[in-house]
Amino acid sequence: MEKKQCQCGHLNPPGTVLCEVCGRSLTEKEQKSKLVDMRYEGTARRSQTYNKSIIDKVWNFFSSVKVGVSLIVLLLVAAAIGTILPQKAYIPATTAEEIKAYYADVYGSVGRVYHFLGFHDMYSSFWFILLVGLLAISLIVASLDRFVPLYRSLKNQRVLRHISFMNKQRIFADGPGAEDTMQKAEEKLKELKYKVTTDKNGLLAEKGRFSRWGPYVNHIGLIIFLFGVMLRMMPGFYVDESLWLREGETRAIPEAPGYSLENKGFQMETYTGEDDEAVFNEAIDRVGSVAKNYQTDIVLYQKPEDSLPGAADLEKVKESSIRVNEPLKFDGYAIYQMDFRLDELKAMRFELTNKESEESLGELTIDLINPEKTYDLGNGAAVKLLGYYPDFSGFENGEPQTATPLPNNPGFLVEMTTPETPDGETSFITIKNTVEPFGENQYKLAFQAAETRDVSGLTIRKDRTLPILGLGGLIFMIGVAQGMYFNHRRFWIQQKADGEIILAGHTNKNWFGLKKDLDQVTEYASLPAYVDQQEEIEKAEKLESEEQS
Amino acid sequence: MSLTDLSGNLLYVAFFAYLIGAIVFGGAVKGNKERTSEGSFKSESRWGNIAFAITILGFLANLGYFFTRWGATGHAPLSNMFEFTTAFGMTLVAGFIVIYAIYKTPIVGMVVLPVALLIIAFASMFPSEVSPLIPALQSNWLAIHVSTVVLAEGVLAISAAAGLIYLLKVVDLNKKSKQRFWLEAIMYSLILVIGFVVASSYFSLTGYESEFAYVDKEGKNAEITYHMPAIFGMHQYEQLNEDKMTPLMETPAVVNAGKLTTVMWSLIVGTIIYWLIRLIARRRIAAIFKPFVKNVNLQLMDEIGYRAVIIGFPLFSLGALIFAMIWAQIAWSRFWGWDPKEVWALVTWLFYAAYLHLRLGKGWHGEKSAWLGVVGFAIIMFNLVAVNLIIAGLHSYA
Ligand code: HEM
Repeated sequence: MEKKQCQCGHLNPPGTVLCEVCGRSLTEKEQKSKLVDMRYEGTARRSQTYNKSIIDKVWNFFSSVKVGVSLIVLLLVAAAIGTILPQKAYIPATTAEEIKAYYADVYGSVGRVYHFLGFHDMYSSFWFILLVGLLAISLIVASLDRFVPLYRSLKNQRVLRHISFMNKQRIFADGPGAEDTMQKAEEKLKELKYKVTTDKNGLLAEKGRFSRWGPYVNHIGLIIFLFGVMLRMMPGFYVDESLWLREGETRAIPEAPGYSLENKGFQMETYTGEDDEAVFNEAIDRVGSVAKNYQTDIVLYQKPEDSLPGAADLEKVKESSIRVNEPLKFDGYAIYQMDFRLDELKAMRFELTNKESEESLGELTIDLINPEKTYDLGNGAAVKLLGYYPDFSGFENGEPQTATPLPNNPGFLVEMTTPETPDGETSFITIKNTVEPFGENQYKLAFQAAETRDVSGLTIRKDRTLPILGLGGLIFMIGVAQGMYFNHRRFWIQQKADGEIILAGHTNKNWFGLKKDLDQVTEYASLPAYVDQQEEIEKAEKLESEEQS
Repeated sequence: MSLTDLSGNLLYVAFFAYLIGAIVFGGAVKGNKERTSEGSFKSESRWGNIAFAITILGFLANLGYFFTRWGATGHAPLSNMFEFTTAFGMTLVAGFIVIYAIYKTPIVGMVVLPVALLIIAFASMFPSEVSPLIPALQSNWLAIHVSTVVLAEGVLAISAAAGLIYLLKVVDLNKKSKQRFWLEAIMYSLILVIGFVVASSYFSLTGYESEFAYVDKEGKNAEITYHMPAIFGMHQYEQLNEDKMTPLMETPAVVNAGKLTTVMWSLIVGTIIYWLIRLIARRRIAAIFKPFVKNVNLQLMDEIGYRAVIIGFPLFSLGALIFAMIWAQIAWSRFWGWDPKEVWALVTWLFYAAYLHLRLGKGWHGEKSAWLGVVGFAIIMFNLVAVNLIIAGLHSYA
């Protein structure tokens, strides 16, 4: 394509619509239209200029606003469809089979179809991510396509424009002026905070040009944000672990080398409705009880740097508490109060007694997390733990089974030896009953008491992408505020040798505000009355259509 | 009078001020016959300003309600369905005040105030006693995040009001068309809200209660109390009071028949009201408003609709996405979890982003923009009502 020479002599880059210098229309289409298209100042945009190679075609595709809007709408619809039924992360099923069955059982054929189409895992599906990727490409291409030429043209603005540029602006006026009109107009415009440049018999008043960069700034913010989201998919940027910590326990924090955490106690409080809380009585009565606080008191430890491997020395880093909305923060990590289990069994106390005489040979306490192998009662009696089943779930081939490693329903296979029964007697004890597999015993372990404690469910997070996401969000907000709460207003005014004034006005947004400004200038400097040519055209069209019907 | 009572009374004051304001705005629009020298209408500006003053008084009372309730509970009153929806009614008026200050258009008040009244009335159907905060909500971010969202939604909703006025003027009600159908559908759905308010108030005043045992979707036994005569019965229900209405139909376990019954009663009562109005007025509801919009400046309405989105979109981005993510990171350890409420905030945001991009070209100005404004409001209401009440998630506190 060739450069375009304007009548004024300026050589414009190929594809230019309005001459960069004087503003004359360079294309036939533009020459015919009643108003100039000012969106990108009539500059040459790559996408409007080349359409030959495959690269041109791809570029043009992604720079189209139609394509951009279509992508936005597709994402919107997909996102909405994902809320019709709960996503798989929110249902009580884990394996692929269970998940499939859950949708079929609970939601019937709708659920089956939903699952079949993959909608139960919408937001990590390949095509959802693909759509986001295409959106990102579109954002980049569309922005570059417009920003570069727009920047050039707004940077090199001329004061004097050709009449054919002026009279095709939406706001236009011409008519007689006084001798001091130009000077007064300049005064008033400056008072209204316009930047005024003059050249010979004309002036250009401009305000809020920076707002034109708003869309590009906000798009950059979005791209940074999406980049941060992409980084999260890489390993190492992001830790998400959970830790169940019992009261009194100290454990290493997963994925946080060198750190350990001790649970000094878990508390759950509910609103009492007393004193300060009396105002809530009605609500508490209606719903039963309302939780007030979930809190784990903790001590954070760190292994000293010079510590030998395997050594158990720990240094206290801090002592504090973790509550909902108040995570513990250290070294880029955050630990959250997410869940709890109340009253997990901690230890059980038994008494070894003679069934007949009820005589006691002593007591023993079995720690349900770390039980000992043998409990020597000191007087020649001992209890040996042959087997421990923390969550006893029945027998399989005569062997006791445990469903989980949690002490929900402990079962003990014990051998009791006493001076009277030196060969030992075997017994299988659970909370509910006792089985004596090898015949009637002389002794039994009588349950005395159980100790319980609470367990805190904590989540450990480290997210190195957060600063990037935050930066993206901030830039996005700056961009939208810049583009939407400000607008770019311009007036071109010229006075011809015979005293006649020609005026044109343009804004990218908020014509109402532009006209308010102009009204003030018009009154002060006695400018000729202006017309809104857009309104004129619309009125004319309306009249025409009314006449036809 | 306790602070809580004072707060409730201030809300009544606001409600009645809006009611009077709406009527006076209507009068201002209807009464304009002579034009002043500047081309605006005499009665419109005089009565319009009076109505605006009344609206401001109502709004001050409304703010009074908000802050006294804050004082009484110790937390921003934005924590349950009643509080959030009431606040939305209030910010809708706030959005109108901003727009009226710029554009001086009584017709917008005539449309916005009745909608705000409907929303506040709707809100009052939910339990309104002051309630304590669960741990997840105990954060300053409650006030920061929710108030920004609700303010943004109030402003965005103005674009629907401007759109509705635009449509009332341009849609030809004498010819059968899709536009005529959908415009009437908008009016009908507003009347359904009245249906809900009337049905709920009636059954709550008469103290209707009926208890059922049923089997929930996890197969467990549960009980439910209906406050309206049961049209639909819960899954495998068993009626516990003999003298009350027996359900006509049983629903599958995933459907909450209690809520469906409420929806059904609102539909029935709303439809009756709708047809009563139509029979009395002998025309479509939209047609009743036609005379009011005769002198509307279409271009101004288009501009107001667009302006409202321009003011509301950055606010919405800040409140519903950025503040929301910050708080979610603090409270739930992840800034985004695809919870339905989060997704619908994203949907709303994408929708308005699409709106802004569509308006870059001329083809979507005017009537199409007006429809989009109304659709945006529908999405906001969907997120407020349906997502809270139907699609359960972390956010459903109501
Ligand atoms: C969710 C994604 C997006 C958001 C939130 C977004 C946001 C915005 C905003 C707020 C504006 C300013 C609008 C105005 O001032 O009226 C804008 C302008 C624009 N956007 Fe986007 N955008 C997104 C995606 C895209 C995509 C995919 C394209 C690709 C075609 C695109 C192309 C444009 C263009 C061409 C402009 C006008 C620039 C100008 O007037 O100088 N946007 N965008």
